[in-house]
Amino acid sequence: MKIVVIGNGMVGYKFCEKIIAKQGVNIELVVFGEEVRPAYDRVHLSEFFSGKSAEDLTLAPGAWYIENNIILHTGDPVKKIDRQNKVIESHKGTIESYDYLVLATGSSAFTPSIPGMEKDGVFVYRTIEDLEMITDFAKKASTGAVIGGGLLGLEAAKALLDLGITDTHVIEFAPRLMPRQIDEAASSVLTSQLKELGLTVHTSKQTSEITGNGCIDGLKFADQSHLKTDILIISAGIIPRDELAKNSGLNTGQRGGIVVNDFMQTNDDCIYAIGECALYNSMIYGLVAPGYEMAEVAATHITGGDRKFQGFDMSTKLKLIGVDVASFGAPFAAEHECKTVVFNDNSKGVYKRINISPDGKYLLGGILIGDASAYNMLLQTCKNNIILPANAEDLLFGSRSSENKTAGVESLPNDALICSCEGITKEDICNAVTSGCESVDAIKKCTKAGTGCGGCAPMLKDLMLYTMKQQGKYIRTTICEHFDYSRQELYDLIKLKELTSFNEVIDTIGHGDGCEICKPVVSSIIASLWNEMILTKGNDTAQDSNDRYLANIQKGGTYSVVPRIPGGEITPDKLIVIGQVAKKYNLYTKITGGQRIDLFGAHVSDLPLIWEELIEAGFESGHAYGKALRTVKSCVGSTWCRFGLQDSVSFAIQVEERYRGLRAPHKIKSAVSGCIRECAEAQSKDFGIIATEKGWNLYVCGNGGSKPQHALLLATDIDSETCIKYIDRFLMFYIKTADPLTRTATWLNKMDGGIDYLRNVVVNDSLGIAEQMEREMQQLVDNYQCEWKEVVDNPHLRKRFSHFVNAPEEKDPTVTFDSLRDQKKAAQW
Amino acid sequence: MNITSTEKLTWFYACRTEDVPVDGGVCVKYKNEQIALFHFTRRNEWYATQNLCPHRMQMALSRGMIGSSNNEPKVACPFHKKTFSLVDGHCMNDDACDTIKTYPVRIDGHDVYIGVDEDDEASIVFA
Repeated sequence: MKIVVIGNGMVGYKFCEKIIAKQGVNIELVVFGEEVRPAYDRVHLSEFFSGKSAEDLTLAPGAWYIENNIILHTGDPVKKIDRQNKVIESHKGTIESYDYLVLATGSSAFTPSIPGMEKDGVFVYRTIEDLEMITDFAKKASTGAVIGGGLLGLEAAKALLDLGITDTHVIEFAPRLMPRQIDEAASSVLTSQLKELGLTVHTSKQTSEITGNGCIDGLKFADQSHLKTDILIISAGIIPRDELAKNSGLNTGQRGGIVVNDFMQTNDDCIYAIGECALYNSMIYGLVAPGYEMAEVAATHITGGDRKFQGFDMSTKLKLIGVDVASFGAPFAAEHECKTVVFNDNSKGVYKRINISPDGKYLLGGILIGDASAYNMLLQTCKNNIILPANAEDLLFGSRSSENKTAGVESLPNDALICSCEGITKEDICNAVTSGCESVDAIKKCTKAGTGCGGCAPMLKDLMLYTMKQQGKYIRTTICEHFDYSRQELYDLIKLKELTSFNEVIDTIGHGDGCEICKPVVSSIIASLWNEMILTKGNDTAQDSNDRYLANIQKGGTYSVVPRIPGGEITPDKLIVIGQVAKKYNLYTKITGGQRIDLFGAHVSDLPLIWEELIEAGFESGHAYGKALRTVKSCVGSTWCRFGLQDSVSFAIQVEERYRGLRAPHKIKSAVSGCIRECAEAQSKDFGIIATEKGWNLYVCGNGGSKPQHALLLATDIDSETCIKYIDRFLMFYIKTADPLTRTATWLNKMDGGIDYLRNVVVNDSLGIAEQMEREMQQLVDNYQCEWKEVVDNPHLRKRFSHFVNAPEEKDPTVTFDSLRDQKKAAQW
Repeated sequence: MNITSTEKLTWFYACRTEDVPVDGGVCVKYKNEQIALFHFTRRNEWYATQNLCPHRMQMALSRGMIGSSNNEPKVACPFHKKTFSLVDGHCMNDDACDTIKTYPVRIDGHDVYIGVDEDDEASIVFA
């Protein structure tokens, strides 16, 4: 059977994908596309402006068509259909016969007939070529305007903002933005949000003329007002591309569109129309999801299957210029047909409206602006006619009780459409999970759900967890393909079996050869358990690269050197040594946030020489390269400060020296403040200590970094000895139970029972392991040795610190530096 | 790789087997070239690739961790953990990343030799 597809847009492409997936049919497929590129993702077209290339947007490369034996003619529109002889002729003169013809000619931008449309600087927003021309022209524009305040118009306005035109106007003929999707109140909330971003919105404005001499300089409106602009994008809607169908005698609608039946057939049984060019039930479906469904229906019908198109839900959710906008079901149901619940907070830019059936049982539709987090559940509730809870407002604000986050997905019926782009139901997803897809990626690969707009991805995860729980599966995160254990289980097993090298561990309880994920985890556990020198016993190559070279690799392949400066206290003599060493080895120096000094730009072969000098002067490794204790920061405390209550520096030094070299699931930072003014910022640390009149307050599980979180109070007014005891227990419990690369803050966030549970374990010894943990910590403390001293003293280990194995005296000739403020810096990559 | 190119290979002496760490790599200098040499001791296999990671053009692969994925041996660049097949050099976790060059390795007693194609200089990456 030979099928010719006219149009290589998203829906035309999807048809090809669907038809080749049909089993047992021998199909010859020829595709004609008008654009020069193979089908690309028009939905995410605007990402072109945020740096995505045309290639990134391509749905499948040329090779995909070849692999699937599809003949693709790009840049060659079809100009004639001879229905009598079932033959088409392309613009370039190619003649192809067909058994079935599929029209996926899409739509073009509707351009209202305004005088001046032909002027330079007037564009439509449709293809990558349009975007390229807009990008070029925008360089000389300082004000911009978009005619059309619908979805695409606002996208286009965002594009102008992204192109640096900060004075951009949106002109809408209707009295509100997005008149098809949202109501008056929603539009006004959206308008004020957009205003903050630099967009001026004009509604109820009819453009009467585009002014300018050859090149646009402004717009005139029917109300005689005037707007100056250097560039204009028209986005006033779409018109179906039906001219070819019309010329071939196929039925078309009065306002455009190729008339199709339930099977997407035109009035010629052998010709189908799908996507934005098809007119079904007097309606054009201008979204990608119904287009995909049409592709499926046509592909099914051509191959002898039975599937009908039954209209399509036009619900949408998108992020417009950073503002959530969603509309679902019947957003405008009139008042006598429904009860309406509205939440409107203008100051926060949030508007939510839901329409409920008069008997209060069903959700009919709604609108969400500013916060669309409830969209997926609301849409499902609406589409599946789920009976509403007594308090319908819970739907807007979420249930007041915070437990049971997945409570939503289990109430959905099996045929609930989860991914509307690909038409995947809850049942499809649950089946995929049951048959072994136990990650979101696996589900995506197997079902294609979540590969379109991606909006359903959070639901995929919820469904996966729900299904696995249903199967009685203990849900845990295993390390990688080489170990079927969580980190905590690995820790216990390695300890129980007294394993001391990576190879022993993988031979005994893993399989395969290991990888860059499990090797550092196992190495860290071994170090946490036995605290032996990490580079011995063949464990060196199982360390993360930074641990293997006991230094942090930096841009260009040089390393940084960070000697430990406990508590941030340092003598002038030691400062001078650091300066001398930095000068001698030409290192960039910078003071870190942890009160010590970073020396950057050391060649790998210089590392042992540098450390030899530092150790000679009394320094030791600062473990800046390890998932280990980093620094214990301190304020100057009661020795000098007139407010100081305790000697924070001495205590910080004591604490740092106790836990130096301690390997953990992630790095650990600490601080000690001498009074409640908190100059050491202890509450942002993994454990922080603040002096009180009576002793110390101990805080745990704080974090700076990308998601700052204040530490929580674990114990108050304790003496130094108790404080150390609690920290011993706290750290050992963290090391024993945390997932890899999980900071203490995240560890606590995931812990059932939270800080109260942790306090029970650490302070009240609810698990009866406090003494054991203290003993284990003491063992680690007793086993401490400076790793760099070991290397400096061991010729065998030292040999590893060269760039070329066959020319150890030579440095990497590709390393280059630039200079900045009288120091060197790594060359840009 | 076809047979004619194998015939043009020049085998040069790289180092002693014991110079290469167990389950790890070293960087070998050959003329102006940097080659990463790996001893996958667990599998009793030797591999050699270019030392340059094509992602950010860093001379670092020899310092990377080796391992396997579905039994295919690989190396992970220490900079951003791009992983490359040691067999054919393709990037295993980023389709957009270039393939790295691989070289044959020959062991003679305790001596390690790497085969380079002298005609292939154009494709060798100098920095």
